[in-house]
Amino acid sequence: MEKSIQVLEREVVEEFAMFPEWMDKYEYLIEIGKSLPILDEREKTEEKLIKGCQSRVWLSCHMEEGRLVFAADSDAIITKGIIALLIRVYNHHTPAEILASDFGFIREIGLQENLTPTRANGLVSMIERIRTYASDNC
Amino acid sequence: MSGDANLLFLSIIVQDMDQFRQYEQVEAIRNRIPALSRTVYGKPLVYLDNAATAQKPDVVIERVDAMNRGVNGNIHRAVHRLSEETTLWYEQARDQVRDFIGAAAREEVIFTSGTTAAINTVAYAWCTQFLKAGDAVLVTEAEHHSNIVPWQLACQRAGATLRVLPVDDKGQWQMDVLETLLDERVKLVAAAHISNVLGLVNPVQALIDAAHRVGACVLIDGAQGIVHAPVDVQALDCDFYVFSGHKLYAETGTGILYGKRVWLEQMPPFLGGGDMVDTVTFEKTTYAPLPLKFEAGTGNFIGAASLAPAIDFAREMMGGQFEENQLEISAYLKEEFSKIDGLRVYGEGEHKIPLFSFSVEGCNHGDIATLLDKLGIAVRSGLMCCEPLITRFGHTGLVRASFAPYNTLAEAAVLVQGLHRVLRMLRG
Repeated sequence: MEKSIQVLEREVVEEFAMFPEWMDKYEYLIEIGKSLPILDEREKTEEKLIKGCQSRVWLSCHMEEGRLVFAADSDAIITKGIIALLIRVYNHHTPAEILASDFGFIREIGLQENLTPTRANGLVSMIERIRTYASDNC
Repeated sequence: MSGDANLLFLSIIVQDMDQFRQYEQVEAIRNRIPALSRTVYGKPLVYLDNAATAQKPDVVIERVDAMNRGVNGNIHRAVHRLSEETTLWYEQARDQVRDFIGAAAREEVIFTSGTTAAINTVAYAWCTQFLKAGDAVLVTEAEHHSNIVPWQLACQRAGATLRVLPVDDKGQWQMDVLETLLDERVKLVAAAHISNVLGLVNPVQALIDAAHRVGACVLIDGAQGIVHAPVDVQALDCDFYVFSGHKLYAETGTGILYGKRVWLEQMPPFLGGGDMVDTVTFEKTTYAPLPLKFEAGTGNFIGAASLAPAIDFAREMMGGQFEENQLEISAYLKEEFSKIDGLRVYGEGEHKIPLFSFSVEGCNHGDIATLLDKLGIAVRSGLMCCEPLITRFGHTGLVRASFAPYNTLAEAAVLVQGLHRVLRMLRG
């Protein structure tokens, strides 16, 4: 049985709570970024590139048995960490489950500053892209 | 945290602080800039994004505050006391700017909302009058977007072409190419006094002289130049010199367009509106004399007035200990950066302000800046509004640390230590 989005969100929030220092949170984020499976160079197409990010980030998505499967890459390692977090929570879930999530856990782990639209790593654009993939496949 | 406490904190972070000479004048001036004593994420702020905007001294904050509290009447319009007093402070700031840049007359000093607005005024008004189909405008490869795009628009309107003076690998203008680019078709040359990415003090005098020889008019973008180099517009003989107030310690949303009277007189107004007219009928409107012809509508008159104390403040930080301090910072960073594997600084030259844009092999500029921020160090990252230049160097962005005269060597050391830590994390 796959864990629910809510359970995965909780896990991430609890992990980040273990690091009171900002630098430690980011150290952890970098680790997570490194664990992200590398996207094949051929997959890094213009249409997978997420606009609105200062660093380049590609997000691909396909359906497997009614569930969305994501893969991503970025030339910035912190951005990679953030997209890896999102994938960890939303991977292998149905579009309906994803659309029901409010992505609120990002705020809880203290990355809310990254939610500002002008912020370089374009977290908002990443979330929008995941939601678009979900609603397109509804 | 007070300024002193902040310094103490820095001295704890930076071991062997004693090796750094301390300049009393620099320390004293820091105490007059409230923002410098704040903390971010519980760490003392090390503000190294001065090329983007400078922190404000108490004299500027107090002037703005005093005006909002009691010297606030719309300028030039009313006979009442408040308007008179406000106008006085506004016009006094104009005189001070005139004196600061050595303009021949106060009529040649126009208040704008910033460098961008000043450039756009010239790109619209001057080009409407003087740029024709088949003509050319020359810019350099190292320009800020705001000294590229207004000219592209003007060229499109006129049917003119945009020419570009390239820079070499050090970031210096290729002056040997200038000859081939400058001919009588070039009607205007627009270039930065100091590049906001490279920090090099450009050979503007040579450019101005060369441009004048072919009869071209010259606009110097002084957004960085006015802060770091003494400016005498008459000695330079530039036709226009533009800069922003907020980088010069004044209120945000202020700027100056200096123009030779002979041009300003011949240029049509840029914006139409109140305060820029003489008489208005539906058939015909005549315009106010200079400088008001280019000051349509209610501008940021309180902000403009803050240029007076800001210039006093800027003058206090020129020469002497401040200069020594900046030379030391530059020498220190040059040395320390050279020890970091894969770090490359862009902009090499004899005349360079303490501004360092760099790349680090294998590390993303945004990642470096994000992590430095968490250590309390504010630097800029990205394209810095100079996409053509940064593309030329083969990057999608750089990290930039830009120092003001009020920054210290201890802060430079915090940057270096922070950078070592951040690169360890990123390279892991």
